[in-house]
Amino acid sequence: MGPGRTETFPLRTDEDVLRVRQTVRIWMVEQRTFSLVEQTKMVTATSELGRNVVVHGGGGTARLELLSEGGRLGIRVTFQDQGPGIASIEQASRDGFTTGDGLGLGLGGSKRLVDDFEIASEVGKGTRVTITKWK
Amino acid sequence: MDRIPIIKVGDFLLVSIQVDMHDRLVMSLQDDLTTQVVKARAKGVLIDISSLDVVDSFIGRMLGNMASMTRVLGAEAVVVGMRPAVATTIVELGLSLTNVRTALDVDKGMAVLRALVNPAGDEGGHGSGQN
Repeated sequence: MGPGRTETFPLRTDEDVLRVRQTVRIWMVEQRTFSLVEQTKMVTATSELGRNVVVHGGGGTARLELLSEGGRLGIRVTFQDQGPGIASIEQASRDGFTTGDGLGLGLGGSKRLVDDFEIASEVGKGTRVTITKWK
Repeated sequence: MDRIPIIKVGDFLLVSIQVDMHDRLVMSLQDDLTTQVVKARAKGVLIDISSLDVVDSFIGRMLGNMASMTRVLGAEAVVVGMRPAVATTIVELGLSLTNVRTALDVDKGMAVLRALVNPAGDEGGHGSGQN
């Protein structure tokens, strides 16, 4: 299946993170246009952000979309949680910033691996992160 | 599958990761490995990640932890077989793996381990003067 395809997955456990990142890989392989490095970057970013939803956001969802825009093919993943939200996105995106025992590469690192990165967060309401890889 | 097998080969332990690991599986491997290093009196650990198509910051951190823990227990660790696309990705992600010794493949990794464990090339392996 091509552009227009969407599917939403729950993100509550680390097995859910695994399933989402494996599905992103399968969708990208099926399109036959994304290189192995592009696939690996998108899958790795998905893993980082999916884990954020499970660990920091108290669970949520990942919505996968295949897009066609101006002759370009894209894959987009939108991560949504109803967790505590992020007070300072600028601070949270800096390498090394961590609230837990991680390396603090999740947000800043993921941003470097994709073409488009959008984040919206409200304290007490939750966080939404959207990443897109174009071809 | 809920365990990564750890195989004893002479003085070394061989860990070949053949599945896409969720976080708890990585953590149980870390626990199993430290237990096995002591139990088997291993002098070296070789971790083969050639089947892994994703190394994210969590897996990367755990590889670093396993290398450090192995060293603390008096053994050496080498991670081998990282795929080129994974190497490109982890560097852009910001993961440096500076405390992890790496080699291209299992053969080269074994050679590195042998050299580390037995620097003089002494096959006797009494190790009386070793730290």
